[in-house]
Amino acid sequence: MRTWLNRQRLLIEYTVAALGRRRARSLGLLLTYTAVVFVLASVMLFTHALRQEAARVLAHSPEVVLQHLVAGRHALIPADYLERIPRQRGVREMTPRLWGYFYDPVVQANYTFMATADAPPPGHILIGPAMARARGVAPGNLIAWRAYDGAVHTFTVAGILDAHSELMSADLVLLGEDDFRGFFNYPEGQYTDIAIAVRNPREVRNVATRLSEALPDARLILRDEVLRTYAALFDWRQGIVLAILSGALLAFALLAWDKASGLAAEERREIGILKAIGWETGDVLRMKFWEGALLSGTAFLSGYVLAHVHVFHLHGALFRPVLQGWAVLYPRFALPPEIDPLQVLTLALLTVLPYTVAVLVPCWRAATTDPDAVMRS
Amino acid sequence: MSQPLIELREVCKTYNDGQPNAFTAIDGISLALEHGRISALRGPSGSGKTTLLTLLGCLARPTSGRVRIGDEDVSALPERFLTELRRQRFGFVFQQFNLIRGLSARDNVMLPAFPLGQPHAVLSARAQALLERFRLAHRADAPVEWLSGGEQQRVAIARALINDPDILIADEPTANLDTRLAEEFLQLMAELHADGKTIVLTSHDPLVLDSGLMHRIVTLRDGRVVDAQ
Ligand SMILES: Nc1ncnc2c1ncn2[C@@H]1O[C@H](COP(=O)(O)OP(=O)(O)O)[C@@H](O)[C@H]1O
Ligand SMILES: [Mg+2]
Repeated sequence: MRTWLNRQRLLIEYTVAALGRRRARSLGLLLTYTAVVFVLASVMLFTHALRQEAARVLAHSPEVVLQHLVAGRHALIPADYLERIPRQRGVREMTPRLWGYFYDPVVQANYTFMATADAPPPGHILIGPAMARARGVAPGNLIAWRAYDGAVHTFTVAGILDAHSELMSADLVLLGEDDFRGFFNYPEGQYTDIAIAVRNPREVRNVATRLSEALPDARLILRDEVLRTYAALFDWRQGIVLAILSGALLAFALLAWDKASGLAAEERREIGILKAIGWETGDVLRMKFWEGALLSGTAFLSGYVLAHVHVFHLHGALFRPVLQGWAVLYPRFALPPEIDPLQVLTLALLTVLPYTVAVLVPCWRAATTDPDAVMRS
Repeated sequence: MSQPLIELREVCKTYNDGQPNAFTAIDGISLALEHGRISALRGPSGSGKTTLLTLLGCLARPTSGRVRIGDEDVSALPERFLTELRRQRFGFVFQQFNLIRGLSARDNVMLPAFPLGQPHAVLSARAQALLERFRLAHRADAPVEWLSGGEQQRVAIARALINDPDILIADEPTANLDTRLAEEFLQLMAELHADGKTIVLTSHDPLVLDSGLMHRIVTLRDGRVVDAQ
């Protein structure tokens, strides 16, 4: 064991010296390599975080949303609609909701206004962290908006919403029902939609079917279906980026293969000398393994860390336009940092392994040739 | 007569055996070299001296015939064992020295011992002692390509000795040296002989062959021994 450790230490020392001797080449390879890992890891981290975030958002949304359709278009829920919904078996709770969008020309962003039961007192609102940032307001400040009907409404900021899930709360404005109806001139007694909670989650589909039979002019939106659509959308976007990337990746692989397999004459000579003076093929391979592992390991680590900074601290500045479709609608939001061990492992296997193999194979060939050639070099 | 240290029996070496360009460089040589002697292989260029050294030094296997080192028949040993044997019993001084550029003199000297996995400090001290012995202590940390030809050869000899082998093999050791350095080299060989090393070298340099230091001179021509005094 001691001997084994000593030997690895000596081999690593030799490797570091070898990398140092071929400084320009090693550095170039390291940089390219880091760049590739950086791009790959950025895409992975970004989509993963978005997906997690979407799941988190939807976890808070109702299992079923019921909308009223008129001529096939989403319309307001009429005042008597709630009574027309039969008391369904399996429905735990029905909550009529009031919400809408408001475009704020001052910060050029769209906000979601929502009336809630536990809203602040009349004339007061709760706002999302993104809006608080964008408009530079703190609790106690006043905000004035010119509503769609031209009238100016002034609200007092009662508090800032929890930033736990920014994708959800970033653009949110919570206010009382009367304030909401006043601001939007919303018809009394009518609602935007109805949120339905189901007693048994496995019964969602059956409950939805019974509801749509009872209310032919209603549209039912199931959370599970939205989740699936989101997942498909993210996978598709990630796919596009990966497809573009795979070209670059292939080029890199070829470069690495070429660099590694086109063993420099100098390197081949070195392997010959080592074998002649008593290194076994295994020793040479172990040394080369360390060389590949050190280089690709360093590149992997730095690429991954850079990607982490890029995605979670610089908000994925380079990929946002492609990966996040609704960026134009949303105010800026920050994704909570996520590290998925399986993802890290996949990335490591995708990058470290091929390179190490690409380095080892030609060396194995050089190392298994007869050492007597060294007498004639 | 005691048991010879290295013994060849009917040894042949054919390069590219079985192909149209097959060439028999060693053609049925039988030879016994005794322990603790200095032997020289001489002969015109292309006569097979280097090839014979690779067979003696277990760097290559004969196409036919037997090679014994001590009481072990090595002609059929797998590469792994040959490597171990080389590491334990042989030290090589190549014609072009074959030092590894970019590494310091001391690191070059340490290299053959890496596979043994001794602590770095122990190895380093041993390498330093060898370099001191060959008056190279002051050059220990210099990259080998900064050293002169004579210094490089002494580093190569130090490297050959790091695992304390009993046989030293040198191919055309004085080919790249001027007279003064060649004499210095012979002086070193005499010292190593006094230490009990068995030395086999090739040369066609009269300075070496007529030095009186050689216990045996074997003359080769066209892959055969023509004179083994
Ligand atoms: N790897 C090889 N392949 C084919 N022929 C070789 C090879 N190495 C040496 N030879 C030939 O074998 C002969 C003996 O070479 P060598 O042992 O180097 O002779 P010397 O050292 O006496 O000059 C030469 O004719 C040389 O061309
Ligand atoms: Mg020769």
